[in-house]
Amino acid sequence: MTDLIEVKGIAKAFGGIKALNGCSFTVQKGDIHGLIGPNGSGKTTLFNVMTGYERPDAGSVNFNGKEITGQSPGKIFRMGIGRTFQLTRVFSRLSVLDNMLIAAQHQHKWFKSALRSPGQGGERQRALDLLDFVGIARLAELEAGSLSYGQRKLLELAYLLMADPDVLFLDEPAGGVNPTLINQLTERIRELNAAGKTILVVEHNMEFVMGLCDRITVMHQGVALLTDLPATVRSDPRVLDAYLGGVEEEAEGGDPDSMADATFTQADRSES
Amino acid sequence: MSALTKTFKSMSKAKLAAVVVAIAVIAVFPLVFTNPTVTEIAIFALMFMATSSAWNGFAGSSGYFSLGHAIFFGVGAYAFTIIANDFKMAPTSALFFLMPVAGVFAMVAAVGVGAVALRTKRHTFVVITIGIFFIFQLLGFNLNVTGGASGLQVPTPSNWNAATFNNPFYYAAAILLGFTVLLYWIIKRSAFGLQLLSIRDDEERARGLGVPVWRVKLSAFVVSAFPVGMAGALFAYLIGQIYPQTVFNPLFDLSWALMTLVGGIGTIVGPLLGGVVLESIQQYLNLYLSNVDIYLIIYGVVFLAVMFWMPRGIVPTVVGAVKRRRGTPTGPTSIATSDDKQPAKPDQTAGLIVTAKGATE
Repeated sequence: MTDLIEVKGIAKAFGGIKALNGCSFTVQKGDIHGLIGPNGSGKTTLFNVMTGYERPDAGSVNFNGKEITGQSPGKIFRMGIGRTFQLTRVFSRLSVLDNMLIAAQHQHKWFKSALRSPGQGGERQRALDLLDFVGIARLAELEAGSLSYGQRKLLELAYLLMADPDVLFLDEPAGGVNPTLINQLTERIRELNAAGKTILVVEHNMEFVMGLCDRITVMHQGVALLTDLPATVRSDPRVLDAYLGGVEEEAEGGDPDSMADATFTQADRSES
Repeated sequence: MSALTKTFKSMSKAKLAAVVVAIAVIAVFPLVFTNPTVTEIAIFALMFMATSSAWNGFAGSSGYFSLGHAIFFGVGAYAFTIIANDFKMAPTSALFFLMPVAGVFAMVAAVGVGAVALRTKRHTFVVITIGIFFIFQLLGFNLNVTGGASGLQVPTPSNWNAATFNNPFYYAAAILLGFTVLLYWIIKRSAFGLQLLSIRDDEERARGLGVPVWRVKLSAFVVSAFPVGMAGALFAYLIGQIYPQTVFNPLFDLSWALMTLVGGIGTIVGPLLGGVVLESIQQYLNLYLSNVDIYLIIYGVVFLAVMFWMPRGIVPTVVGAVKRRRGTPTGPTSIATSDDKQPAKPDQTAGLIVTAKGATE
């Protein structure tokens, strides 16, 4: 196992709020790597930094031994990292098939694009095959805006695959998706992983994450608390503190050292 | 040019027939209607069909609503006039070949304008283009080379037969229209066209997927300046005298936007339909009622009526209605789904479902 992605000391503040505060961890080649943590722990910000959508204040991201910190999202995509968004971003007024073809545009010289029709050279067939892979080939001619939320998530995953990236960053792939589709999604992610793709996934659905991931990193208040196997993470006291402490603070705006909190944490720990 | 031949082959016979008929009608029109007043109206209609197509080719595809394309009309008109005067060119039919040169000057201006304006988005872009437009108009009023407020005299053919005087201008406008429509027909079916549409739908996401967003939108902007610049040159040659306020005319952009929205934004036929109807009405009112401004009121009424009853514009609404009646799924009107690629015939049940849906809408 080799380190494919190395995140070192990433910090990012929005005004006075430190979304990321020296976050470091590594993702190994061929893993399905989960990224979990309570709301506001900086998962999505970290994704944005790693894929070039945000510029970090400090720290670096290395991919395949090369530093990619501060590169443009398009460049990072071309280097082989594809990402989905928490709120799906499909081209809603274009057909599902056209959505697929857009993700293949970067493979061509732009000035030739005026004379080339989209989908040439087997691209169209490849797009249909990938739509079939995620199970929405029958929707190819529909406007992407008319798809359901879950179908859009599948489309977003499918069009990333057009570029055949080495790494997939999935931001809450199971959020708001119905249970049948979640199973389908799990299966597809496993197949992609078996085909050699490294996958980094942010997810709130614990059952989904624990069942899917080889390794999990827990984020809390802008730092990576620990990276370990799902079983270890599940029973680590720091993880429970991170989650339940957060809940307690929200509920009572209160003092994490209070007696009630301690008891609560204790009770929950014994449960798992 | 394999893409071009392929797209020709993909056209349905009915569409091909419609194109042939349209070309034939345009070709014989001035031979049937010889009244110079009528041909003058026709020249303006053709010119505005071409310029609306160019406006739609940029704004309709990219989602960037430019209200500064009149800059390129003015630059084309001044470039044509200044070159013709400086080189003492004889006012003959050969002078029409100066139109593409004027178009290139408009493109050069578009590189500068686009490099500034395209850094902004949406509403800001609209305001910036208006602002830059007025800078150009101000330059027209104040530079020596443009003759200031007194404008410039354009060489006029003096030995042409009065009865057929308009015909060369008419055919020049028709060729300009044909060129513009063909250009945008090719672009709409190209990968470049798809990239533009991706910018319209979600520019940031397109950038994230490796679409060279900046190059695509700037080149689309510059390309759209070419037909508009040529139209400006033709306008100058036809009228014989240009002023800053007549060629850098803020109402041009409103007209192009209105014609496009009324006909159907993002379609090839939309701006042609909007252009021929609205420009003919405007010119008719100008010539017969000698009332220069009443067309603005009519434009307003037409705009409100179309936005109220068919907010997508005439062409998409009518096409949608016809498709529903025939039971074809009203799919996306995008480029990769040209007729030949769609599944041959939707089965009966699908048709029924869509018809039922249409009825309940």
